Amino acid sequence: MAWLLPIMPVLGLIAMAMSLSHLLPIGVSLYTNDGMAGLFTVSMTLNMLIGFVVWFASRRRRQPELQLREGILFIVLVWVGGALFAAAPLLFGLGLSFTDAYFESMSALTATGATLLSGLDYLPASINVWRAELQWLGGMGVIVLVVAVLPMIGVGGRQVTKAEIPGPMKDDRLTPRMTQTAKGLWIVYFALTFACMLAYWLAGMSWIDALIHAFTTLSLGGFSSHDASLGYFKSITIEVVAMIFMTLAGINFATHFRVWQARSLAPWRLDSELPYYLGVLCVSSIGIALFLWINGIYPDFATALRYGAFNTVSVATNTGYATVDYGQWPVFAPLWLIFLGTFVACSGSAGGGIKMIRAMILCRQMNRELNMLSHPNAISILKIKNRVVPNQVVFAVLAFFFAWLATLAIVTLLLTFSGLDVLTAFSASAASLNNIGPGLHEVGPSTTFAILSDFQTWVCSVTMLLGRLELITVLAILTPAFWRK
Amino acid sequence: MRIVILGAGQVGSSVAESLVSEANDITVVDVLPERLKKLQDRFDLRTVVGNAAHPAILEQAGARDADMILAVTQSDETNMVACKLAATMFNIPTRIARIRSSDYLSHPEIFSPQNFSIDSAICPEQVLTDYISKLLEFPEALQVLEFAEGRVSLVAVRAFQGGPLVGHPISHLRTHMPQVDARVAAIFRGDSPIIPEGSTVVEVGDEVFFIADTKNIRGVMRELRRMDKPVKRVMIGGGGNIGRRLAKQIEHRYEVKLLEYNKSAAQQLAADLDKTLVLNGDVTDEELLREENIAEMDVYCAVTNDDENNIMSSLLAKRMGVRKVIALINRSSYVNLVQAGQIDIAISPAQSTIGTLLARVRRGDCAAVHSLRRGAAEALELVAHGDEKSSKVVGRRIEQLDLPKGVTIGAVVRRHARQNRRDDAAPLYDYKVLMAHHDLVVEPDDHVIVFVVDKLTVPKVEKLFQVSVSFL
Repeated sequence: MAWLLPIMPVLGLIAMAMSLSHLLPIGVSLYTNDGMAGLFTVSMTLNMLIGFVVWFASRRRRQPELQLREGILFIVLVWVGGALFAAAPLLFGLGLSFTDAYFESMSALTATGATLLSGLDYLPASINVWRAELQWLGGMGVIVLVVAVLPMIGVGGRQVTKAEIPGPMKDDRLTPRMTQTAKGLWIVYFALTFACMLAYWLAGMSWIDALIHAFTTLSLGGFSSHDASLGYFKSITIEVVAMIFMTLAGINFATHFRVWQARSLAPWRLDSELPYYLGVLCVSSIGIALFLWINGIYPDFATALRYGAFNTVSVATNTGYATVDYGQWPVFAPLWLIFLGTFVACSGSAGGGIKMIRAMILCRQMNRELNMLSHPNAISILKIKNRVVPNQVVFAVLAFFFAWLATLAIVTLLLTFSGLDVLTAFSASAASLNNIGPGLHEVGPSTTFAILSDFQTWVCSVTMLLGRLELITVLAILTPAFWRK
Repeated sequence: MRIVILGAGQVGSSVAESLVSEANDITVVDVLPERLKKLQDRFDLRTVVGNAAHPAILEQAGARDADMILAVTQSDETNMVACKLAATMFNIPTRIARIRSSDYLSHPEIFSPQNFSIDSAICPEQVLTDYISKLLEFPEALQVLEFAEGRVSLVAVRAFQGGPLVGHPISHLRTHMPQVDARVAAIFRGDSPIIPEGSTVVEVGDEVFFIADTKNIRGVMRELRRMDKPVKRVMIGGGGNIGRRLAKQIEHRYEVKLLEYNKSAAQQLAADLDKTLVLNGDVTDEELLREENIAEMDVYCAVTNDDENNIMSSLLAKRMGVRKVIALINRSSYVNLVQAGQIDIAISPAQSTIGTLLARVRRGDCAAVHSLRRGAAEALELVAHGDEKSSKVVGRRIEQLDLPKGVTIGAVVRRHARQNRRDDAAPLYDYKVLMAHHDLVVEPDDHVIVFVVDKLTVPKVEKLFQVSVSFL
């Protein structure tokens, strides 16, 4: 196990850096006088101290560059440990059980947005800001932030991002150096968040609500400071703002970065996933609205479109806001939403699921096989936007898809085994694995995950982590080969 | 003229062959002595062995007092460097290079005198591809050649039973289609040319060459044969340079299947092409052709590097039911064997691409040259310069011209400065296509399209169009 040591000092440094994120809730607490400032200060100090001890004890073991294996383990440890530290204020501030606090903070850090808290409107403001901030940090990947910081303290970031950046084609470099890329992505993320906050404020939210919702919109997390989620505001302007920014956040941030870098809209036009992403969103929104209208859920098409489109975009991009209890719609509609949530988000966004690019590759692979039946001698090549996708990538996508399906099935089975009904179990499993947030029926948008037993809560926590780190990364750690010297 | 040809490959050899007969001093440079030996055995020319981009070799090839350099080696880069050297070291006035890469061709500024100093960049593969794709557009024609930037076309059609004009004198064309102006330039019956008069009767099996405004050619063809259905499905045999270009050019217009024998080449093709279905297999594999429904194809184009393969696979495809086959055949003896038999159109790459080169070599101002009937006949687009005093053409009626026997003037393209141009983007000139009736008067700067039945009379025609020095 000695080979693990090089990552310890880095972990220590991360812990120290992340402890600074407590400053925002401390500030909010002091400003709103909700009495949580002390708790956050203690948590921050503890965080900083542990980080320091770990770093100090192992600092001589530091190496200039992490190996891939160390990188993978490092990522997983950051998420597992990060959720642990982040759970402290929830554990002590709200008096939750450890299981519940860990679930809540894991849900936040993975930008899932599943909550087991109710009465959000009455929580201390600083706690709500903390939950949202965790989503914001987790959404972009704590790691991208770390990648921008790590090289400054002398640790190369290449191995780290290999495990982190979502999507199958990871070698698509934006800038020659990883650090610049991370900074660029970070700036775009920050700018969009700021724009979103401003837009919410102009649309009528309070500053704190605007901040919280901007955090959770851009990270596609979906936590809200209200039990009724965005439905609380009953404002069509806010809904439109949310839809625009959710849609933007579901697009590959690398593309946004290129747009910003080139000062032209061409990268959007050239993005391979974008037309499908927008196409699926539009068609589904209108389809759902028509379905609702025809079934008489809403009196007129305009209302159906308002609610249909918002919740479609929200669930499809894995945000998980709700403006109505879509669990009450005829079951086809919410199931369709969950189905969308499994693949719509683009690679390189904060969204979850298998990602649009993988769905495209899978579809084309299927076409390719069908084509081979009628033209056995044809040389068919899988292309995305005129670029050949190597077979190796196709195999990796197939393996990923199998792992994803298997996980979905196993988690659903585990949840039904422990007593949940089929719809709840399946939707909770899909909502966790794809980082959507709310499921259906007993864990639907109007209820919370609080009804889950401790066992079920842990299952969901692990599933969220699996989904966020794109399965293979975590599963690799579970293989014996990984640990063999 | 003293001409240095770099590269003795297919293009280089055939250029040398056709230039040597026109009383030029030719030197050919190549790295492979065997190729040069073959040339030297057949023709009266000098050869130099060595890298065509080296100054010493160029010097040795007589670049010092050459009038023209033709860089047609396999390598674009060699050709470009050679042209630059020819300009800076040897001051050769005319420099022509074969450039195949479309990447270079899409940046014409790199050919300017400050850069690579290439007067004209030609791409034989592209010429051939354009040629084939024209034939796909007009499946009834044997040849479609364009003049004056595509405004006038020369079309060769075989007269078939059922065409309204077949069995009638040519002058009937007038009465059939009074609004369309077209001119029959020549008729080949068997292998002998007939100079058409108004009273000449078109017979079944005649190869009729007519000249018309490009927009009218379909109508004229209809006079000579019944029209086929437009081409929808095309199969290409062979994914080499030409097959790839052809597929790329036509894949958005037709349904294209492409056969390629080499597996890794096929994979590369599949990656490069967008809609084409790339198949891995032999072009003479009957089983594969049947599997891929050759009978349903409208046209099969055999464009591999191998004459025998092209002939065999087109014969096979024809027997299996494809409507029309086009085969690429390098050896002229083979062309004579198969043309007009089972194979509908045999294309000789050398003959169809040499025109672009010949146009630069000719004396007088020659805008385009097309070689016809395996080089026996020629169609030229000549520019009439000078005035009534200095030129033997300008200011005279067509009937007054002293044309050698077997030469007909098909059409004249006249340029007018455009009146009241609204914006700068509008073209500077209007062009008018005039059919060459006997009383048409040639004006200065007219482009005159001349059809020469016998190639040996070409120098006389050129001389006719040259501005005489004494009057300048």
